[in-house]
Amino acid sequence: MQVTSHQFKRKAAEALANPQLHKALSNLRARMVTGRAKSVLELDNFEDIREAAKRTRDFALAHLDYLLEEFERNATARGAQVHWAETGPEVNQLVLEIARHNQVHKIIKSKSMLGEETGLNHFLEAAGIEVRETDLGEYIIQEAHETPSHIIAPAIHHTAEEVADLFHERHKLSRKTDIGEMTREARMVLRPHFLTADMGISGANFLVAESGTSMIVTNEGNGRMTTTLPRVHVAIAGIEKVLPTLEDVSFILRLLTRSATGQSISNYLTFTTGPKQPGDQDGPEQFHIIIVDAGRTRVLGSDLREALRCIRCGACMNHCPVYQNVGGHPYGWVYPGPIGAVLTPAYVGLENAVDLPNAATLCNQCGVVCPVKIPLPDLMRKLREKQVERGLRPWPERVGLKLWAWAATRPAVYAWITRLAARIGRWAGGRERVIHNLPGGAAWSRERDMPSPEGKTFRELYANRRR
Amino acid sequence: MRVGLFVTCLVDLVRPRIGFSALRLLESAGCEVVVPSTQTCCGQPGYNSGDRASAQALARKVLEEFSGCDYVVTPSGSCGGMIKTHYPELLSEFPELQTELQGLTARVWELADFLVNVLGLQQVPGRFQGTITYHDSCAGLRELGVKSQPRQLLSKVPGLTLKEMANPDQCCGFGGTFAVKFGDISARITDQKCTDIAGTGADAVVLGDLGCMLNIEGRLRRRGDGNTKVLHFAEILAGMTDDPG
Repeated sequence: MQVTSHQFKRKAAEALANPQLHKALSNLRARMVTGRAKSVLELDNFEDIREAAKRTRDFALAHLDYLLEEFERNATARGAQVHWAETGPEVNQLVLEIARHNQVHKIIKSKSMLGEETGLNHFLEAAGIEVRETDLGEYIIQEAHETPSHIIAPAIHHTAEEVADLFHERHKLSRKTDIGEMTREARMVLRPHFLTADMGISGANFLVAESGTSMIVTNEGNGRMTTTLPRVHVAIAGIEKVLPTLEDVSFILRLLTRSATGQSISNYLTFTTGPKQPGDQDGPEQFHIIIVDAGRTRVLGSDLREALRCIRCGACMNHCPVYQNVGGHPYGWVYPGPIGAVLTPAYVGLENAVDLPNAATLCNQCGVVCPVKIPLPDLMRKLREKQVERGLRPWPERVGLKLWAWAATRPAVYAWITRLAARIGRWAGGRERVIHNLPGGAAWSRERDMPSPEGKTFRELYANRRR
Repeated sequence: MRVGLFVTCLVDLVRPRIGFSALRLLESAGCEVVVPSTQTCCGQPGYNSGDRASAQALARKVLEEFSGCDYVVTPSGSCGGMIKTHYPELLSEFPELQTELQGLTARVWELADFLVNVLGLQQVPGRFQGTITYHDSCAGLRELGVKSQPRQLLSKVPGLTLKEMANPDQCCGFGGTFAVKFGDISARITDQKCTDIAGTGADAVVLGDLGCMLNIEGRLRRRGDGNTKVLHFAEILAGMTDDPG
């Protein structure tokens, strides 16, 4: 996917000015945040499970070399074909080769964020293959020629009304506004594609090393059909998705669906181990698994490593006050919100996403809800430090911080400056006692009235009191 | 009991009354309060903006200034959180400071937390006639676990009624330099907070962090709300809410 993260500020301003978006995003709080809060109460040891999940993910990341080879051995033994891709373009090329080799004309896809990373749809379409997204949200944005704005609810930026207009225009059927009816219409339109596709492409929530299984978590049933109906199934997974055992998957799922949508369990959990076996009623004739690096080993060897624990639930963005107001598109790449503010600079280059780690209040609501305890604010702070080290911050900011530190480490100078500032501030506040234009803080005081200082510093008043 | 008061840079410059409120509360509870005169800033602006070297210089300064105190108390969740939860990482490159640092982080307390959990304060000098609503500042809440302490203390104030707003633990949109770098996004987040505050019909919104305070008050006034008071809990507890004007 093309990276537009450098336009964060402009796109965020556009998002703030879009009342439809604001309306659509209000669902996020109502559904996801409240849903999660309720569902975690079903477990009396949610915090213990979080800690265990963190450790299990760390263990897997520390033993990736061993676990991935174990996965390959077990998957191969069950008849799956395992491929390794170092870069995004290699993924696309591999998929195309598999498609060409099997005379594939039409592909159905269940959601894959990694496929978004590599721009897989465009690549395959350019090669003359029809690609159909089948997850309802992904289907909506494919029809609207957009990119996902959320990792599990890709079309969350649209209101039902907007989708009604889109479907009416695309499907040429009577305009429906009931969400249930619209969903039925999409199913009706998609059904023939499911039945005529030659290949299904899915992502993977987890790879299970001990059994060579690839698994996905879905709600709509499209994932189940994508992985079983077409004669060829290709699953794409990042190297960090591997877990040692099925037991590990099962307990981490208790966190995943609750953190994501507030569900105790999703409607479908699809475990795929090898292609159709003798005696199986259904399943693909070929099952390919592409295991992808695309920047992950670089992150693994960096101080951002903890971000690789991510199990893609989306809780961090659902709970982020910035995401709640601007949505996902301003972040400018595949992963929005707090995890995107860390992964985007890590995968596409810090210089291409300078605003992202700074576009957060560091309120740590993301860190508190993250099911695998990724310390997102700490990781954003690390990226901010790297920006300063690499001279990526604007000079007035750098000079301002240095001046502040220079003065604050010299108490006599500091006392004199603050004494003066308190008086000027008091004078500038006038009778109203508010400062309308704060020098050096224009962006802040454009939207606020700064309460004026009382006139003398605590330091002065305290010294007088003691005298 | 020798208590060092870390006033914080914003209280020093903008609302000294909060510092004196803290002082009154601590002294009336029998503490010997010392206020190191060389204190300035805990280093948060540099730390959160990636200027690690500046933050380290200020952290080392705080470490020295408060070395002789049994406790260090501050009327700010974010400054307390900075010292207690972030100094260990910030100063991890200096092995020679670790013993001193562990001492400091164990001794530092946010004011409300200290009044409740160390002093076990039963009575407060303040009075307040009216309804208040309480905003939980992010750092105090999520770094230090300050939630029930200020509410417990405020419930002892004669005449005061607490009415909770929707989502009191939602960020107010300040975020330090975030509010300067992304003023428009910040203001939109603050608007939600202002709406939640207005929904309670309270006479005052009360909190425990200067950054949030200036941010919320600034936005309330710009939106045309000149009536809702924005107060630090220490001002109410100490009975020092009157504007000397």
